[in-house]
Amino acid sequence: MTTPVHAPHAHDGGSVGRVMRLVMLALLPVTLWGFYLFGWPAIWLWLITVGSAMLFELVCLRVSGRGGPTILRDGSAALAGWLLALTLPPWSPWWIAVIGSFVAICIAKHAYGGLGQNPFNPAMVARVALLISFPLEMTQWVAPAPLFSGTGPDAIEALERLLFSSPIPDALTSATLLGHVKTEASRGVDLLASVPSFGAAAADGIGRHAGSIGETGSWLILAGGLFLISRRVIGWHVPVAVLAGLCVPAMLAHGLDPAHHLSARHHLFAGAAMLGAFFIATDLVTSPATVTGRLLYGLAIGFLSWVIRSFAGFPEGFAFAVLLMNACVPIIDRFTRPRIYGHGATDGRAA
Amino acid sequence: MLIAVTSLTLIATCLGLILGIAARRFHVEPPELVSELEAMLPGSQCGQCGFPGCNGAAEALADGLAPVTLCPPGGPALALALADKLGVQVELGAMGEREPTIAAVREDICIGCTKCFKECPTDAIHGAMKQMHSVMKEACTGCGKCAEICPTEAVTLVPVAATLGNWRWREPAFA
Amino acid sequence: MGFRDLIADFKLQWGVHPDGHKSLTSERPIESMPLPERLVLPLAQHIGAPARPVVAPGERVLRGQRLAEPVGMVSSAVHAPTSGRIADIGDYPVPHPSGLAAAALVLLPDGLDEPVAFEPCEDPHSLEADEIARRVAAGGVVGLGGATFPAAVKLGLGKRNPVHTLLLNGGECEPYLSCDDRTMRERPQAVVDGARLMARALGAQAVVIGIERNKPAAIAAVQLAASGHPEVSVRALPVRYPMGSEKQLVAYLTGVEVPAGGLSAEVGVVVHNVGTAAEVSRVLRTGEPLTHRALTVSGAAISRPANLRVAIGTSVADIIAHCGGVRRDVARYVMGGPMMGMLLPGTDVPVVKGSSGVLSLTSEEAGGGSASACIRCARCAGVCPIGLQPFEMAARIRAGRAEAAVDLGLKDCIGCGSCAYTCPAKIPLSHYFSYAKGSLAAAERSRLKNESIKKLTAARSERLAREAREKAEAAARRKAEREAAKRRAAEAAAGEAAEERREVPQVSA
Repeated sequence: MTTPVHAPHAHDGGSVGRVMRLVMLALLPVTLWGFYLFGWPAIWLWLITVGSAMLFELVCLRVSGRGGPTILRDGSAALAGWLLALTLPPWSPWWIAVIGSFVAICIAKHAYGGLGQNPFNPAMVARVALLISFPLEMTQWVAPAPLFSGTGPDAIEALERLLFSSPIPDALTSATLLGHVKTEASRGVDLLASVPSFGAAAADGIGRHAGSIGETGSWLILAGGLFLISRRVIGWHVPVAVLAGLCVPAMLAHGLDPAHHLSARHHLFAGAAMLGAFFIATDLVTSPATVTGRLLYGLAIGFLSWVIRSFAGFPEGFAFAVLLMNACVPIIDRFTRPRIYGHGATDGRAA
Repeated sequence: MLIAVTSLTLIATCLGLILGIAARRFHVEPPELVSELEAMLPGSQCGQCGFPGCNGAAEALADGLAPVTLCPPGGPALALALADKLGVQVELGAMGEREPTIAAVREDICIGCTKCFKECPTDAIHGAMKQMHSVMKEACTGCGKCAEICPTEAVTLVPVAATLGNWRWREPAFA
Repeated sequence: MGFRDLIADFKLQWGVHPDGHKSLTSERPIESMPLPERLVLPLAQHIGAPARPVVAPGERVLRGQRLAEPVGMVSSAVHAPTSGRIADIGDYPVPHPSGLAAAALVLLPDGLDEPVAFEPCEDPHSLEADEIARRVAAGGVVGLGGATFPAAVKLGLGKRNPVHTLLLNGGECEPYLSCDDRTMRERPQAVVDGARLMARALGAQAVVIGIERNKPAAIAAVQLAASGHPEVSVRALPVRYPMGSEKQLVAYLTGVEVPAGGLSAEVGVVVHNVGTAAEVSRVLRTGEPLTHRALTVSGAAISRPANLRVAIGTSVADIIAHCGGVRRDVARYVMGGPMMGMLLPGTDVPVVKGSSGVLSLTSEEAGGGSASACIRCARCAGVCPIGLQPFEMAARIRAGRAEAAVDLGLKDCIGCGSCAYTCPAKIPLSHYFSYAKGSLAAAERSRLKNESIKKLTAARSERLAREAREKAEAAARRKAEREAAKRRAAEAAAGEAAEERREVPQVSA
C-alpha cells in the first residue's frame, strides 16, 4: 500500500531555487558595478568561476549518483561560485578561479554530503584556501580600470591575459586600503599618515578603489541586502550584528588611538564587511537557526574580523572570522534553542 | 627533530602502557549484565533469535555476538531498550518496518489435537481436546512454534490485520 | 483594535499567512442539503471509545433516535438523522487517511422523516450544571471544530479544576473554511446562548469569543448578540494560521500558556468551537440531538462552492454531486481544511461529526512536489507556534532516532503543518512528525505487550512447574501407596508364612 499524502495540502510556493535566485538577483547590481569598475578581466573571471563551480557540482552529483543536470536548477552551486568570484582579486588568473571552485564545491560542500550538510561556507573555505596557498596571486590588486575608459584591456586581450596569467601592468597595480595601511604600519608609518596617502575613495562606499570584484560597491551591496531582508530571504539579525560587532570596537579603539586603529567608516567601506555581513555570514546552511544564535554569531564575526584586521598579520579577516564562527554554529544552536510553549513558564513570560 | 620524535614516542608508549595496564587491572565484568538482559527479554523462549532460549540470547548480547535487534517479539521498543542498556547504536531500519505476524487457526483443518497449545510459550492458544483452538491476539508473539508442530498445518502465521487502532503513518519517501 | 491588541500582535512571532480562499464561500449562506439515499454512520466519530449499537439490522428507526450508546467515560452517542431502516451494521470506509474500513451503521431513509418525541426545554439557563452536561452528552455533541472531543466530558472539567473563563474559538484560521463564519453571522444568538450555557455548566464567570479580523460581519453580529450579556465579550484576533489552535488561542486571549502535556483547564480556561456552542444551544432548547452539521464545500475544482447543512453520514460523493460535481481535474479530496485536514482515499466515505469541510483541490492549490535537501533556512522554526525546530527534529527522525526528536519537543508538536507549508525544500515535516509519533506509540504498545507476555510466560512456567510438582507428588503418593500396599502385602504374606510355619510343624508333626 502506498503511503497516503499527509497534510498540509497547501504550500506557500517557495522553493530552494527561488531562494537562490533571489540572492543572485540581489547580487546583480554590485556584480555589474564590479564588472564596470574592473573591466573585462573581471567579467571573464566571474564566468570561469561560476561555470567551473557548476561543472564541479555536476561531476560531484554524478559521481555520488544523485541525479542529473536538472538538480543544478536549485542554483546553489552557481551561487557559491558567484560569491567566490566576488571575493577574488579582479584580475586573477583563470586557475585561481578553477581551483577555488574545486575547493568550494568538491571539498567544502560535497565532501560533507552536499547541499545543506556543509558546516563551513564553501566560498569562504575556497577563499581562505586560495589565500593561504597562493598569497601572491590573491593579493594582486588593480586600480579600477572601468569599461569604455580605455585604461583596461578589451575582451580578447583580457581573455589572453587571464589564460596566460600575464602580470598586471605596473601602472594599474594598486593595494586595498587595509593592505596599504598594514604595509605602511610595518614600515613604521602610522595611520595618521598612511590613510590620507591612500586617498578618500576608500571610505565613500562607491568603490572606486582597489579590491575584489564585488566588495567595493558598498551601497549597492547594502541595497541588495535590504532587498533580501524585505523579501524575507534573510533576517536582519546577522547583518546588523556583524556590522555592530565590527563598528562598535572600531569606534572605541579609533576614539582612543586614532594613530593605530582605523575608523568604523573605513572598516565598513574599505573591505569585505558589507558583502560579508549581507551575503556571506547570512548563508543559510552555515549560520545558526535561532534568533539569539544569529545575533551572537553575527556579533562574534564582526568582532573577530576587527581583531584580525587590527592585530593579525592579514590585512583582511572576514573570511577567517566566518569560518571560525561556522565551527561554533552547532554549539550556538544547541544552547540558544527557543523555549517550547508550555514548558518552564506557565504565566506566559519567558522562563 | 630526533629529540621530538623520541620524546613523543616515549610519551605515547608510556601512556599506552598505562592504559593497557589499567584496562586489565580495573577490568570489571558486570556479572549481573546477563541476568539483567534476560529480564528485559520477553522470556518466552521462542527461539526466533536463533539462540537457545532467552538466556542464550542474553549471553550472546552481553558478549556482543548478537545485534540488539535480535528479538522479533520484542520489536523496536526492546531493541532501543537493549541498545540503551548496552550503550550501542541501533539501526532499526529493517526491523521497524517488519510486518508483525500472529498465529491463526484454520477452522476447517484443525483436528483439536492440543499439541499447539501445549507448545505455545505464552499460553496464547486456547481450546480443549477435540475442539477448535483459538488464538488470543494480545498474547501471541508470532513465534511460530505452533505452526511448526501442527500436524495438519492448520496453524499459520498471518500478518496482523491493520485497524484504525494500530494503523500508523509510514516513513515519508524522500527524494 | 486596542493598544493591548497591538502589543499582543507585535509579540506574535509564529505562524503563516496562507492564501485564505475564503471568498469562494464566505458570502454563501448555509443551505440545507436534501437527504441522500443512504447514510453511513460510523460508531467512532469522536475521540474515545467507539459507541455500541443499540439497534439491530432491519429495525426501523425514527429521526433523533439513539442508534448507539457511549461506552465508558470518554465516548459519545450516535443518533439517526432521519427515519428509516437500519440496513446493516458492519465495516464501511470511514474518513481516515489509511482508507481502512471501520464499524458503522447503514441507515436507509424512508423519506417520512418521522421524529421521536423530543423534550424541548423553555429555559435551559435554569438547569443545573450537571443537567446541562448530561443533556449535551445525551445529544451526542462533540467538538465540531475538528477535534471531536465529546463536549460533555469537556464541560465536566470544571469539577476537577476551577474554570474561570470559557473561550469560544471563532478563529477559523484554516483556509477555505467559512462554515463557522456563516454560523456566527446567521445564528449569532445561538452561539452566544450556547456559550452562556456551557459557561454555566463549567462554572465559568466569563466568556470570551475570539474571531479573526478577516470576519468583520461575524464580529459585528456576535457583538450585537452579546450586547445584553456583560459576561460575554468579543475579541478580534490577528489573521494568521494557526490562531485557532487551542494553545495559541489561550495564550493570545489570556496571556497564559497551557502547561506542556496538560489541559487548558489546568489554567482555568476551557476552549470550545463556535459551531459547538450553536449546537449546544439547539440541543438544549429543542431536545433534538446532533444529527446534522454545517460544512464548507470548496476548492477550485468544485463547480459550485457552498456552505451546506448536511445529515451526518452523507457521503462525500453525494455532497460533491449536490454541488454540481467537479469541473477540473481533482488532485486531492480533502476533509477538513487544507492545513490539517486529511486526504480522502476516495469519495465513498461519509461526513462525520468532525467534518468541517470537503475540499476538491487542484494540483496547483495542493502544492507539494518532490522534497529536496534541507538548507537549514530555519523558516520552519520561525513559523512554529510552539517554538520547536522542525528541521532538527525531522533530521533526527530521518536518521531513525525518534527518541532524540522527543528530546527536542516532538510531543509538544500540535501538527498544525505551518512548517511543511513554508518549507522551501518541500520536506514533508508534518508527515515526519506523525510518522515518529506513530512509531513511538507502536513501540509503547509493543513494550506493553512484551510486559504482559512476560507475565504470561512466567505464569506458564509456574504452571508447568506446579503441574510437574503435582505430577511428582502424585507419583510419589502413588509410589508410597504402592509401596504401602506392597508392604501390607508383604506383611500379610509374611504373616501367612509365619502361620504356615507355625502350621508346618503341626503338619510335620
